[in-house]
Amino acid sequence: MKAPFSWIQELAGLPSDVTAQQLAAEFTRVGLQVERIDTPADAITGAVVVGQVLSFVEEPQKNGKTIRWCQVDVGTHNPMGAPARGIVCGALNFIAGDYVAVALAGAVLPGGFEIAARKTYGHISDGMICAADELGLGSDHSGIMVLDATLAATLLGQDALSILGAYESVFEIDVTPDMGYCLSIRGLAREAAQAFGLEFRDPYATPVPPATQAGYPVLLASSNCPTFSALSVHGVDPNAPTPDWMVSRLAACGTRSLGLAIDVTNYVMYESGQPIHGYDASKLVGSIVVRQAVPGEHITTLDGIARTLVPDDLLITDDSGPIGLAGVMGGLTTELDVGKTTEILIEAAQFDPITLGRTYRRLALASEASRRFERGVDAGVGFAAGLRCAELLRELAGGVIDAAYTVAGEVTTPPTCSFPATLPSNILGVEISIDKVLSILSASGVTVTFSDETLTCAPPTWRRDLIDSYDYVEEIAQKIGYDSIPVVTPQANVGRGLTREQTLRRTVVHAVATAGFTEVLTLPFVGLAELSGLHISAGDVRYRAVRLANPLSEEQAYLRTTLLTGLVAAANRNTSRSLDDLALFESGAVFWDTSTAPTPLPGVSGRPSDAEITALYQSLPAQPHMLAALLCGAWVPPSWQTPAVPADWTHALRFAEVAATTLGIELVRRAATVTPWHPGRCAELGVFSSDGEFVTLGYAGELHPDVVKTLGLPTRACAVELNLDELLMQAPHASEVRALSQFPLTKQDVALVVDTATPAVAVESALLAGAGDLLESLALFDVYSGAQLGEGKKSLAYSLRFRHAERTLTEAEATAARDAAVAAATAATGAVLRA
Amino acid sequence: MSFPENTVPDVVMAPDTSVVPDAATVQTLLDAALQAIAATNDSATLAAAKYQHTGDKSPLAMANGAIGNLPPDERRAAGQLIGQARSQIAAAFTERATQITAVELAAKLHAETVDVTLPTPGHRPGALHPITQMLERMADIFVAMGWEVAEGPELEAEWLNFDALNFTPYHPARFMSDTLFIDPLSSHKLLRTHTSPVQIRALLERELPVYVVSPGKVFRADEYDATHLPVFHQLEGLAVDKGITMAHLRGTLDQLAQALFGADIRTRMRPHYFPFTEPSGEVDLLCFVCHGESVGNPEHPCRTCRSEGWIEWGGCGIVNPKVLAACGIDTEQYSGFAFGMGVDRTVMFKAGAGDLREFVEGDVRFDAQFAGGVL
Repeated sequence: MKAPFSWIQELAGLPSDVTAQQLAAEFTRVGLQVERIDTPADAITGAVVVGQVLSFVEEPQKNGKTIRWCQVDVGTHNPMGAPARGIVCGALNFIAGDYVAVALAGAVLPGGFEIAARKTYGHISDGMICAADELGLGSDHSGIMVLDATLAATLLGQDALSILGAYESVFEIDVTPDMGYCLSIRGLAREAAQAFGLEFRDPYATPVPPATQAGYPVLLASSNCPTFSALSVHGVDPNAPTPDWMVSRLAACGTRSLGLAIDVTNYVMYESGQPIHGYDASKLVGSIVVRQAVPGEHITTLDGIARTLVPDDLLITDDSGPIGLAGVMGGLTTELDVGKTTEILIEAAQFDPITLGRTYRRLALASEASRRFERGVDAGVGFAAGLRCAELLRELAGGVIDAAYTVAGEVTTPPTCSFPATLPSNILGVEISIDKVLSILSASGVTVTFSDETLTCAPPTWRRDLIDSYDYVEEIAQKIGYDSIPVVTPQANVGRGLTREQTLRRTVVHAVATAGFTEVLTLPFVGLAELSGLHISAGDVRYRAVRLANPLSEEQAYLRTTLLTGLVAAANRNTSRSLDDLALFESGAVFWDTSTAPTPLPGVSGRPSDAEITALYQSLPAQPHMLAALLCGAWVPPSWQTPAVPADWTHALRFAEVAATTLGIELVRRAATVTPWHPGRCAELGVFSSDGEFVTLGYAGELHPDVVKTLGLPTRACAVELNLDELLMQAPHASEVRALSQFPLTKQDVALVVDTATPAVAVESALLAGAGDLLESLALFDVYSGAQLGEGKKSLAYSLRFRHAERTLTEAEATAARDAAVAAATAATGAVLRA
Repeated sequence: MSFPENTVPDVVMAPDTSVVPDAATVQTLLDAALQAIAATNDSATLAAAKYQHTGDKSPLAMANGAIGNLPPDERRAAGQLIGQARSQIAAAFTERATQITAVELAAKLHAETVDVTLPTPGHRPGALHPITQMLERMADIFVAMGWEVAEGPELEAEWLNFDALNFTPYHPARFMSDTLFIDPLSSHKLLRTHTSPVQIRALLERELPVYVVSPGKVFRADEYDATHLPVFHQLEGLAVDKGITMAHLRGTLDQLAQALFGADIRTRMRPHYFPFTEPSGEVDLLCFVCHGESVGNPEHPCRTCRSEGWIEWGGCGIVNPKVLAACGIDTEQYSGFAFGMGVDRTVMFKAGAGDLREFVEGDVRFDAQFAGGVL
């Protein structure tokens, strides 16, 4: 909210030595964050003076525009011996004799706009007649500013900025949703007075009188409108101008002048916080009825747009039909007409914030009024605001206030609240005396009584936020200042450290980063096209993507089902920046639409039942935490010493093995055909469970060349994706250690010839099983295929290391163990010892 | 190895058992040996000299063999004479050998000199994302204080994200302009807008007292630009215990600030509004770069706090009793505090990063800048 300092100062009765900065600091202390203080004059250098347009000639231009060649009297600033300056002006909203603001040559206006005498449209234009926005006084550029003649006439040739309010400091305040009452100068002034220890005199103290239909008849036919005050003003001068002080205050608040009657309603809204609507009473037909819309009903609003209504919409109607969307926008048929309207009916009503919010959102009609209603308008201010409006029309436009007024409905009394007097001290952690509590709450307008160690509080009508005991605790905290609360570190004696899962997850990501992979955190939104690019199709759990109701873009309306989509995008971004050698990884959740159960919405008055909690949890889709990597380019870049080592399937597997071995898991691999991998270069990775079942943990290998091509990845790009949740579950718990044998090692090498299709792991596991307990370790050190072996054969050479736990092993024992290992391999895979 | 001939002095005496090992002869042989050893300059010539002057067929060995030809009463003296000569030669040899070895090693090492400024071949180092590093650091600080780390799903039930946290059915945060909902809307599922639902889960699942932090991804229907991401990270904390006060909240926030930014850093709280806390506040961090000294000091502006002295960090407050009640907690006995801050933002102002998009683009150069850690 924008609020001029002088206005707050005036209503709060602040001493003149209080500066805008001091007030801003106090506001911030109580939760009214002052984002900015603007003083428009600070952005202007040079002279902007009051001038009077003596005469002008309209000159149509070739571009279809008409300019005015004006003679403007700027008093002592007139050229030597001349009665006026010649100035070209593009605006047409003034007449000869009007007073205007003239920026003289040499002035610099906001935005660095320098004014100079320059030739334009065939004249030397010696200065500029200013519009409001050109001086930084609001956004109005509908025409130049015509000044109020009575004041301006006395200041010809003198500084115009002072009468335009440009020296005013304007606060930009972030008003939080619970402080709706501060969306008014009155509310801000109350806080200002309280902050400086002054008693606040509310200019809107007149309460809403008892219901009466003495004035214009008003019928409330919807509970969404609890009260409605209607006041009539007759004989308003339709041509009365809006005084400069009002124009400049409205401009400071961000509203342009639209004619006196409308300006007065806006002015009162800013001052009181009560949105006001004015009707041209001569256009009203019969009683006003406030009711919900009937399906299919229409209204043409003030902006000239015909709108179709729904039963949710609250309407102001008369015998002619809808004449206003309550609290959102008035209807065109009863509009106040500048220059015509003399009979005005003033509406100051309460409307339900939720109903109103739905309507203005549906119609995209946010306004200063709807914003205030949504935050909650003071239920007790309506009549006083209407009256203030009527009085301003009387003062400024000679209107006569009808003594008979209407008040429909009643002001509801907000609920009182009782709580132990010790609560504020106990929650805030600082001792606050009961006298202090009573004085703070009274100054905030609360009617408070203290008896039996209990405080009973009745909030004022404008404090809709004061409901529960903690609301009062907050009020006291803000008024004593958060800074006065001491700093105490609590003793939490319940911690058991990170969970095993959290520790293991950290271990894994650290290990793969150390192994040369760079972590990325990508956005989790995907399109089905991206999944198709990975050859993922219906039937695959990774195709069961969760769709967003309101995606940020329709191209990526789903949540990721695999981390590979994000890694592909990140890889492409890197290669587009000529970063070609990549080993990227990500650890994060993916989403599989495995549950279609709706999620319950239990109440909030107490803990949901266990069944409800279970239903809440189980209704959510599966969100496994995955660990994935993508590699391309060189694993080892070419160097002065070695040629490049291209990233290949072995490095994808290395990623998986680093992740597994750091957890103490021995991964088992087997060939697999899974998208998006190369069918001959994909390993399924897993472990055998205690009951012999193979548990798949993920896949690794080279990507399918079609996938690589479709996704624009470098050739031979490789990838791996593991289910990290499942992987962590396989991590063995620490087991007993064995004593380390100190006896000598015996090495034996064997080369075995098998069919090319025989997986190495099959040979290896047979050797392991056959060698017995003497085998300490085994390593594959050569893979060979060639003519000597024959077509379809390969040779696998293993080095076997034998050691006895308790004595030196004999050569014969080692050989026997080796032969047993080979025999087992032969039995399992048909392996033949190579000659 | 070859040895130049001129380096090996000629042995003048042929082997001859008739040699008489008298003092003059022994002296002559000793002199010749010492001279020969002194004349060597590498291990090969030294070995040759040793062979020629002390080997089995050397004149000295001959002379030793000739002792038997002497009369018995002269044998002892002659033996001593030769023995002394032999020890002198051995000492000279050892000394020369040490010198030659040192020289030869020095020459060998010199010849082996490499350019140590050549790059080391091998795979590039990997790196952890700064968000991961910061989340770990923050979690460690709280674990050290006796708190635990709670986690929960990113796709969450609307009830846990909003209702249980005292968001009314028409609270603006629930609008589709702010929150990413799962299709269809009637399924009442969404992408969590904060990690607070994890706190609700903690209150539903754990025994009191509860001291937990919940780090993780959160989602908003925000534009994607330099200062906004639709996905970012939060760390929220929740303490529910008997006798919890706002003073404990201030203490905890200061503790975190000091652990992350230095012992002289503190926080301040400004009143604010959140549905789930009452009283509520915003947390500002004393600028860890200028310590507030840039305020009103235009000659020394501070880029980190924009010369405001304080950096907006997060939100906090006393847990609204309605939230505790929705979790079945006795609000007469228990009270709590909660706080939360953006992790991406924390990394951003700590590192002076200018564009949040770099956090999610995956450019490998980004992480590399945080190889030394985030703090």
